[in-house]
Amino acid sequence: MDVSMLQRTYTDLLTSLFREGILNQQFIELQQLQDENNPGFVNEVVSLFFEDAGRLITELISNFNQQAVDYKKVDAYVHQLKGSSASIGAEKIRSVCQTFREYYDKNDIQGCYNCIQPLKQEFMTFKSKLEALFALEQQIVAAGGSIPMMRH
Amino acid sequence: MASYSGGKSNGGEGSSHQELHVLAVDDSLVDRKVITSLLRKSKYRVTAVDSGKRALELLDTEPNVNMIITDYSMPEMTGYELLKKVKESSELCQIPVVIMSSENVPTRINRCLEEGAEDFLLKPVQLSDVSRLCNRVLR
Repeated sequence: MDVSMLQRTYTDLLTSLFREGILNQQFIELQQLQDENNPGFVNEVVSLFFEDAGRLITELISNFNQQAVDYKKVDAYVHQLKGSSASIGAEKIRSVCQTFREYYDKNDIQGCYNCIQPLKQEFMTFKSKLEALFALEQQIVAAGGSIPMMRH
Repeated sequence: MASYSGGKSNGGEGSSHQELHVLAVDDSLVDRKVITSLLRKSKYRVTAVDSGKRALELLDTEPNVNMIITDYSMPEMTGYELLKKVKESSELCQIPVVIMSSENVPTRINRCLEEGAEDFLLKPVQLSDVSRLCNRVLR
């Protein structure tokens, strides 16, 4: 595939991520921090998020499967996940965390429980889409092209 | 320009912009990476630690910190508690402290400002927040 095709595919994918609400403006902020002094920044921080969020979601699910759920602990995990997803612009994940915490504040256990599966789903979607995005970046660079920047 | 040799100046005359040292405190690995990059992009030297306890340990051994930027919600020692300890210390009280939080709680913000915080930033922190802040706090 030639460079301009790859670049077009990349831009289309990135645009769709914003349009679908998977990413928000904060992601653009991260891209602006990437430069020749910090060339792999976005990939690095998103990879950290994959590990961090993956761990938190595993803990969440495991806690929910206990006989006696420690909701305070669960809420603390969700608070952390909300924070880190907001920091990288993972809008849908952030939003589900927000919804969870609203249910938690109202002591709505069923509401909380109903957020867990969507949270896992949104994380898996986010991970696969961003991995595809980064793979395209690698292909573009390998083909001698530059990664198109989104301007908001 | 005076040479920078690890003297006791607190970002005053002679220190260039590039040599100002910010201590970032956040228990979230993702957020530490983001705030570090934000500050480095703005040309500050950054040390990032994951707790108030480590921040105080560092401040004990490394006198040349020109600003502390800390998350509010951290286990064991909150950003507020760290702020208090810094302001209560005769060696450290001159260092400006900025608090970051993902939650917009007016009573929390007021409490921090009353305790001597320079500013309170809502997360996610952006480049414009950092440049506005550093222009004001670290001239």
